[in-house]
Amino acid sequence: MSETRLETRALSRNFGALKAVQAVNFKLDAGARHALIGPNGAGKTTFINLLTGVLSPSHGRVLLEGRDITGTTQAERVKLGIARTFQINRLFRGLSVLENICISVAERAGAAASMFYPAGRRTDIIDESMHLLHTLKLAETAHYRVSELPYGRQRLVELAIALGLKPEVLLLDEPAAGVPSAESHIILDAIERLPNDIAVLIIEHDMDVVFRFAERVTVMVSGAVFAEGTPREIEANPQIREVYLGQAVQRADHG
Amino acid sequence: MSVAASPAGGASAAAGGGSPAAQALMRRHRLRWWEALPWIAGMVFYFAFPAYLGFGCDLLVTILFALSLDLALGYAGIITLGHAAFFGAGAYTVGMLATYNIWTEPITSLLLAALVAGLIGFLSGLVLLRAKGLTLLMLTLCTMALLEQAANMAHAYTGGFDGLPSLPIAPVFGVFEFNPLYADTQYLFALGVLFVCFVFVRTLVYSPFGQSLTGIRENVLRMHAIGSPVRRRLMICYTISAAIAGIAGGLWAQTNAYVNLSALGLDRAATVLIVLILGGYGRLYGAFIGAVAYLALEHFLAQIYPTAWQLGLGLLLVVISLFARNGILGLGEMLWRRYRVRRVKP
Repeated sequence: MSETRLETRALSRNFGALKAVQAVNFKLDAGARHALIGPNGAGKTTFINLLTGVLSPSHGRVLLEGRDITGTTQAERVKLGIARTFQINRLFRGLSVLENICISVAERAGAAASMFYPAGRRTDIIDESMHLLHTLKLAETAHYRVSELPYGRQRLVELAIALGLKPEVLLLDEPAAGVPSAESHIILDAIERLPNDIAVLIIEHDMDVVFRFAERVTVMVSGAVFAEGTPREIEANPQIREVYLGQAVQRADHG
Repeated sequence: MSVAASPAGGASAAAGGGSPAAQALMRRHRLRWWEALPWIAGMVFYFAFPAYLGFGCDLLVTILFALSLDLALGYAGIITLGHAAFFGAGAYTVGMLATYNIWTEPITSLLLAALVAGLIGFLSGLVLLRAKGLTLLMLTLCTMALLEQAANMAHAYTGGFDGLPSLPIAPVFGVFEFNPLYADTQYLFALGVLFVCFVFVRTLVYSPFGQSLTGIRENVLRMHAIGSPVRRRLMICYTISAAIAGIAGGLWAQTNAYVNLSALGLDRAATVLIVLILGGYGRLYGAFIGAVAYLALEHFLAQIYPTAWQLGLGLLLVVISLFARNGILGLGEMLWRRYRVRRVKP
């Protein structure tokens, strides 16, 4: 049995009368490949925001390796090893691909506060960033401005910025969203090649991605956990087919 | 697809610091030959136009002020219309210390001006930097208006609307007197101060700290998400920018030997913004190009249309903001890139 990295206990968040996340008990194991699925508005992104500290919960707790981190800020959680990507790219669009990564690596390495030493002489940071771009097969685009890249590559940069933080827990919010299907394999390849020791939680709508990638699946509906299990169990669950998978499976059958 | 198709040589050359992108980052902070040009031009001006050294002082002060704004606006993306608050704070610090004969030594006076302006920047930043966009713009404007009114009402100390005339300034290094008729000492002093401040700002923007400011400008939400202490970075940047604006203001007071309310006005804040936009913000040398272009335009347009010279300036600004968002320097960079591409291709 593997140890639990990230855990929530009765985690809830209300927006006025709307119960966006309701009493979610959730465990993310070390090295997990865990998918979070559910219809639009099920509270998946709110859940991620609660995990990363962007939002504070109305009730409940978040624990990292058994330690209560409910009251910590977003920046503190990043330092503790929780990194995320965004459903809609949040990149430094005017800068080169390499610079995008360097900003993240410098922040993690604690170099970003230094004011009187040229960034160009921190070759350790530049080398590490280049190395990361190599592992994601982005090295040959390193000098491009991010806004000049095709969208699929931009999604990879989105992932690379998060990996520059050397996370122990990585939360991916629809990493392949908006990527044309001809390009989506470069995202999936990159996700499959993520280091084994990182615990990965992926929000995804594309069932092909979920079943290819995930070892465990949690289904959220209306802010609550509807079911959890292996991909096979989830696929076999008739209720889930009805509330959520129905359309996707049908589409896959016809497509 | 293109991953598999990419030439094998490209991948191996990109290892470590060999890739062009890594090379560019490693070389960016190094001095280039043309960076000596502004300083050579500054010295040539001194010898070639002895009758215009007063104008030269104004130019140098404007460059320094625009440079301070570039740090806040161009690099960190702090949108401000009230930067003259710090210019004025520095000017009045120097002016009041000199008028009441408390302190007239020029270099330490400027340090005190930086201290006072930096303190005001820090305190106002505590409130201001929680806001963004238009709210931030209005708040910076309000801060400046408050200071202007304070300077107006405290006329027992500040001279009110009339300001403080005939400031006594001690000789630089105890040797070089400020000459009231012929601004040679003032000019060289201002050039020296600008040089020191420029070296400081240049070091700052090429440091990892400067890089993180650029990150904040480009995507503040992502900076939060990678664990950057955004508020603290902005506070530090705003305080430093205010302190340098204070030095510019103090220098203005010293070179003119007077202070008045125009140091704190919206006019000055708007002018420096125009200078920076004209030259190109977030580019370090935009302050230089913009100040030269603005003052030269002002000079020539005023000769052609003495009554409506601002019309020409306004039209130019419309053209710049429509067709050259990155100012004169941005336009130059674009043309240079095209030229190089054309030269490489055939």
